[in-house]
Amino acid sequence: MIRTLRTNAAFAVLTALLLGASVLLVRQTDRLREGEPLQEVLYIPSPAVAKRLSLGYSSLLADIYWTRAVQYFGAKHKAKAREYAILEPLLDTTTTLDPQLVPAYEFGSVFLSQKPPEGAGNPQAAARLVEKGIRENPNAWRLYYDLGYIYWLELKEPSKAADAFARGAKVPGAHRFLNVMAAALTAHAGETETAVYMWTNILNDSEDPALRANAQRRLVCLRVDSEVKLLQDRVDMFTAHFQRPPANWQELIAAGLLRGVPPDPHGRAYRLVDGHVCLKDTEGFPFITRGLPPGNAQGDLPNEKGFHVQKSENQ
Amino acid sequence: MAAIETRDLEKSYKTGFFRNKTKPGLKPLTLSVEEGEIFGYLGPNGAGKTTTIKLLLGLAFPSAGSASVLGHDVRDISIKRQIGFLPEQPYFYDHLTPLELLDYYARLSGVASDVRRRAVERALSRVGMSEHGRTQLRKFSKGMVQRVGIAQAIVHDPKLIILDEPMSGLDPIGRRQVRDLVQELNDEGKTIFFSTHILSDAETLCDRVAVLNRGELRGIGVVADLVCQVSGDVELVWSGPQAIPDLSAMGARCHATGEVVRAILPERQLDQALEALRSNRARLTSVTPVRATLEDYFLSQIGQAPDQQSAGKEVRA
Amino acid sequence: MMGRLWAIAWNTFREAVRDRVLYNLILFALLMVMASVLFGQISLAINRIVLINLGLTSISLFGIVIAIFIGIGLVSKEIDKRTLYTVLAARPVHRWEFIVGKFLGLVLTLTVNALLMSLGFFAAVFYVSGKLGAADLPLLAAIYFILLEFVLITALALFFSTFSTPVFSSIFAFALFAVGTFADDMRGFAQMASGATRWAMMGAAYLVPNFSALNVIGRVAHDNAIAPRLILFNTLYVVVYAGAVLTASVWIFRQRNLK
Repeated sequence: MIRTLRTNAAFAVLTALLLGASVLLVRQTDRLREGEPLQEVLYIPSPAVAKRLSLGYSSLLADIYWTRAVQYFGAKHKAKAREYAILEPLLDTTTTLDPQLVPAYEFGSVFLSQKPPEGAGNPQAAARLVEKGIRENPNAWRLYYDLGYIYWLELKEPSKAADAFARGAKVPGAHRFLNVMAAALTAHAGETETAVYMWTNILNDSEDPALRANAQRRLVCLRVDSEVKLLQDRVDMFTAHFQRPPANWQELIAAGLLRGVPPDPHGRAYRLVDGHVCLKDTEGFPFITRGLPPGNAQGDLPNEKGFHVQKSENQ
Repeated sequence: MAAIETRDLEKSYKTGFFRNKTKPGLKPLTLSVEEGEIFGYLGPNGAGKTTTIKLLLGLAFPSAGSASVLGHDVRDISIKRQIGFLPEQPYFYDHLTPLELLDYYARLSGVASDVRRRAVERALSRVGMSEHGRTQLRKFSKGMVQRVGIAQAIVHDPKLIILDEPMSGLDPIGRRQVRDLVQELNDEGKTIFFSTHILSDAETLCDRVAVLNRGELRGIGVVADLVCQVSGDVELVWSGPQAIPDLSAMGARCHATGEVVRAILPERQLDQALEALRSNRARLTSVTPVRATLEDYFLSQIGQAPDQQSAGKEVRA
Repeated sequence: MMGRLWAIAWNTFREAVRDRVLYNLILFALLMVMASVLFGQISLAINRIVLINLGLTSISLFGIVIAIFIGIGLVSKEIDKRTLYTVLAARPVHRWEFIVGKFLGLVLTLTVNALLMSLGFFAAVFYVSGKLGAADLPLLAAIYFILLEFVLITALALFFSTFSTPVFSSIFAFALFAVGTFADDMRGFAQMASGATRWAMMGAAYLVPNFSALNVIGRVAHDNAIAPRLILFNTLYVVVYAGAVLTASVWIFRQRNLK
């Protein structure tokens, strides 16, 4: 009896050890494959064909495509890619296989439309995807909201955006901020506060960690923008008064224009270059429209064209 | 040293969907087979014969008790060099030829490579299959496969040969040949343990038999002794009057052929019967004891009438 | 011990190569490879890519079917038809020797089988490209990985055979192959889940055979090189995982009462 017990224990331990070693090797292999260039290959280019090939197990296949889409974006984003060639077809196939997969539309609405490296920079495709989502799920009020956001921030069509928010507000159970957004967009289409309101709502309301992180980054960048504007106003006052730009922050403080210099959200001090307020380092602020150091390498960041919000403000 | 020895060897099977019921396969069995004997292991189908053999060979594990073969515990696999085994209704790798099959088995049994070829050929010729050595087994009839099966059991020259239903599937000539071969092997000093439900084979071959029924040992001993335990009948033959009322009253079955009448009745009533014949003036021709067979003993132990017995077989099959 | 292992392995190999069904399947796989040359000609620009994708996929899938088929057939069948009685009952053969010997024989069979199929495949590649050179080395790696797939699936087939019927064994083995093909997607899913589900899914995703890492057909079709470290890790993985499965097989099999 004891002998049997001991043999059983030996076999159990050996099996467990070998399995444990295999798990470690899987982790190694996964890590190895992460570093490799991602495969920009769609094995089945047509969503309709994919649906037929799934033999009725289309929702399972949709989940697989959905995971692939998320991982594709995640890996490319980590590598700071400027192109997301197959993100749209992956999401399109996903939602054709399972049209009720609302998170896929929401994901696409943000990451298809935002400019690289924060997204695929294809707001038209994002709008098409979300319109498809609304056709399939007319009662998912978030999709109207996503559509409004694309029209407002990326396609710069506040009237269409307001329309989308208004349509969404009519959906039973819709969050009240859809109404607020519809009204705000009609009245104050360009104001930073509107954008802050929207992103705060997304942050509080979304369950998707990627969407939440994105909203957080958006809010941080909006904060940078407003801080830079505030500081720049003071610098401009100094320049107007002394007929020269201030050499450093101390001069501004001495002139009684500032009490101190606030740090940027990463805790670093703002810099002052030839009368322009700018960030020491733009790393981590992909959405800022102000405070870029002169000759910034991130030339093709969204800032050049700027958001509609800020543009209207400058006017 | 006993060739096979079991001590309270027991096997129960777990049955039922949740393996929560136990069904006895073999009730505690204590048995000893001496070296050099031919031992018959008898019982109807499902009696536990094959279960016993599996326990002896380590194919199944006992629930309780122990068994040893040639002085070694059955868990000691080194002793298997000395054992030959023919399973019931054997099936072999049918893509092989008998020569290849026997070579494989001889190799596994550790027969040295220099004598392997001769051992294989000798085993084949002993079962009369020499000229079929290069034909794949899939082309063989059941009887031929059975012979190859016997050849593989003896190819490594074992001391103990265990045969599970060796005669099944053979025609009368084949049975005769196997019987002769078993006798021959025994003459060479090998111990033979074979299970069967064909009693005539056991009766002609065996030194001793054991009778098993429903997993339980019902009797064991020399065939002649066992048979004696079944009281015999006598056959009376006479000529004269056909019906003798006294005899009929004794329960005798009378059968007349012209003048001659035969009657069979229990031996203990012989004196009374002779008295009756004398008083009826019948001319007595002969008095012969009807010898009891192993079958009589077997049936007496199993406690079944012959026709019930065969009905039982049908169900098992 | 080595002699017995080798005898069992060799007998297994011999049984497998004398089975006509095996040749039918290999022939079919080769036909698929040939057909992929034709498919390739329909779309001229990518004929090599189509050939590699379709050819290697056929080799992999047919090989898997063969591996399951003979893996189950040669062990379950021995239990079912009781051929192993004559091996285990009256020969000094340990049960683990039977399992390991069987496994080695199967691996030998599958290697020869993969060799045959890849010969046909390389002939097709030569026909399409007009040459074979260093650029085709990744194809060799892909075929090696396919062979590793065979080894893994055979170990699993053997494992299921030790306690289940042939039909169920093949269903289980094929199901694990299907699940294992998506093992990395499963780990992706698990990462997106949270709480207890995450842990349960993580556990399952790491314990199913990682067939996904062994499929590099898409990559070699696009002439991407295969990292030597991937070859090393995959080899080690298959050795370790097959070792675990075999250990469990022996564990179960040595306690089994043969019917």
